Amino acid sequence: MIVPSAMCLAIPGRVVEILDGRRAMVDYGGTRREADLTFVEAVVGQYVLVHAGFAMQVLEESDALETLALWDEALSSFSGSDDGGDA
Amino acid sequence: MGRDDFRDPIRVRKALDAISELGIELSVMHVCGTHQDTLVRFGLEPLLKEVGVSVRQGPGCPVCVTTPEEVELAIVLARKGAIICTFGDMVKVPGRDSTLAGERSRGSDVRIVYSPSDSVAIAMENPDKEVVFLGIGFETTAPTTSALLLKEDLPTNLSILSYHRTVPEALSFIASSGEVRLDGLIEPGHVSMIIGEEPYRFLTDEYGIPQVIAGFEPLDLVMACFEIARMKAEGRTELVNHYSRAVRRDGNPSALAAMRKTFVKGDRRWRGFPVIEGSALDIAPEFSERDALRRFEEQLEPLEGVTFPEPEGCSCGEVLRGIVDPRECPLFGTACTPDDPVGPCMVSREGSCNILHRWGAPDL
Repeated sequence: MIVPSAMCLAIPGRVVEILDGRRAMVDYGGTRREADLTFVEAVVGQYVLVHAGFAMQVLEESDALETLALWDEALSSFSGSDDGGDA
Repeated sequence: MGRDDFRDPIRVRKALDAISELGIELSVMHVCGTHQDTLVRFGLEPLLKEVGVSVRQGPGCPVCVTTPEEVELAIVLARKGAIICTFGDMVKVPGRDSTLAGERSRGSDVRIVYSPSDSVAIAMENPDKEVVFLGIGFETTAPTTSALLLKEDLPTNLSILSYHRTVPEALSFIASSGEVRLDGLIEPGHVSMIIGEEPYRFLTDEYGIPQVIAGFEPLDLVMACFEIARMKAEGRTELVNHYSRAVRRDGNPSALAAMRKTFVKGDRRWRGFPVIEGSALDIAPEFSERDALRRFEEQLEPLEGVTFPEPEGCSCGEVLRGIVDPRECPLFGTACTPDDPVGPCMVSREGSCNILHRWGAPDL
């Protein structure tokens, strides 16, 4: 069972099946649990952040990669850094 | 998805070196137990200190900021036979002279739930008893209570005690009080995924505080500190969203709409703070029949206006305001430990004291 230790912590999981009544089966690296889709539109294959049984946001991988690229660029201008990483 | 990149020790080292190169001393606050957990668990706190950045948690722990008077209301209802449903840590926080866990050991029915929705099944299974869901948490959690209130055909014996609070109002209080040095704020990613970017903007515009909305991996936190240092070095004051992979500018509009339907803003005292204007999410008048404060008005009336003193010697109030580090509290690790806690900051897994003690933080 996925019980977040912190009240404001949402756990990322992958939507593996859309169920009736705005619910989805979400896979957390092997553990599966239903999540409520009242607050998000999600499709199979997407990662969602789940908090207290509710999917609260869809995670965007493209945004994650963009963030890393921006950070690598920002750090590349400092002397301690080399080529800015491999993102 | 890409979590390893956000834990990449080479990038973390580069970011720390870059902060060091900027050569700016910073005192930064965040308001999230999960941020604190990452800072302490991954040993980032001393590494940041080495490069001149001191980070403190502030009031980012919903269980910790709940007042003993609020806990006592739930205890009174439990003693009167209601089934109390709430999230884990809450049952260990003292009210007047007892906790919900203590009441359970004396025969009261106190249940720990995973989601507010679990309390519906409990109410249906116990039609002859009153069931009270104790709703605590910031904006991340409040929409789940909204969803409960908006459910059709809720059992009549189910009501809600809303202790939900909102983060920007607390930050406003801290910024205006000026009692702690605030070179920058790291904003909580999962509160932000609900409320979006705009509710924080006044802190930059009116108080000139640089802000970074951050995720929960080690690189997220070190980069947030780097961003604040860089803004300071370049003389910029901005609100930057580093957690765009989960935080949209307008947050989650559907969750916000549910909150607006079910809650009204109220004024409430936080532990360690006086009354913070507009910081409470009270149940809206349209849902007053679900509001436990109204349903049990007569039983709770004797407690109106009553306040209880903090445990003797406990520094939770100062820890929550960011004035002292838990390790400066004389009780830390001696009279107060996670196994035998004195104050809620040692009780809750989101409390600074608990996190520092649990992961064995080095001395100051």
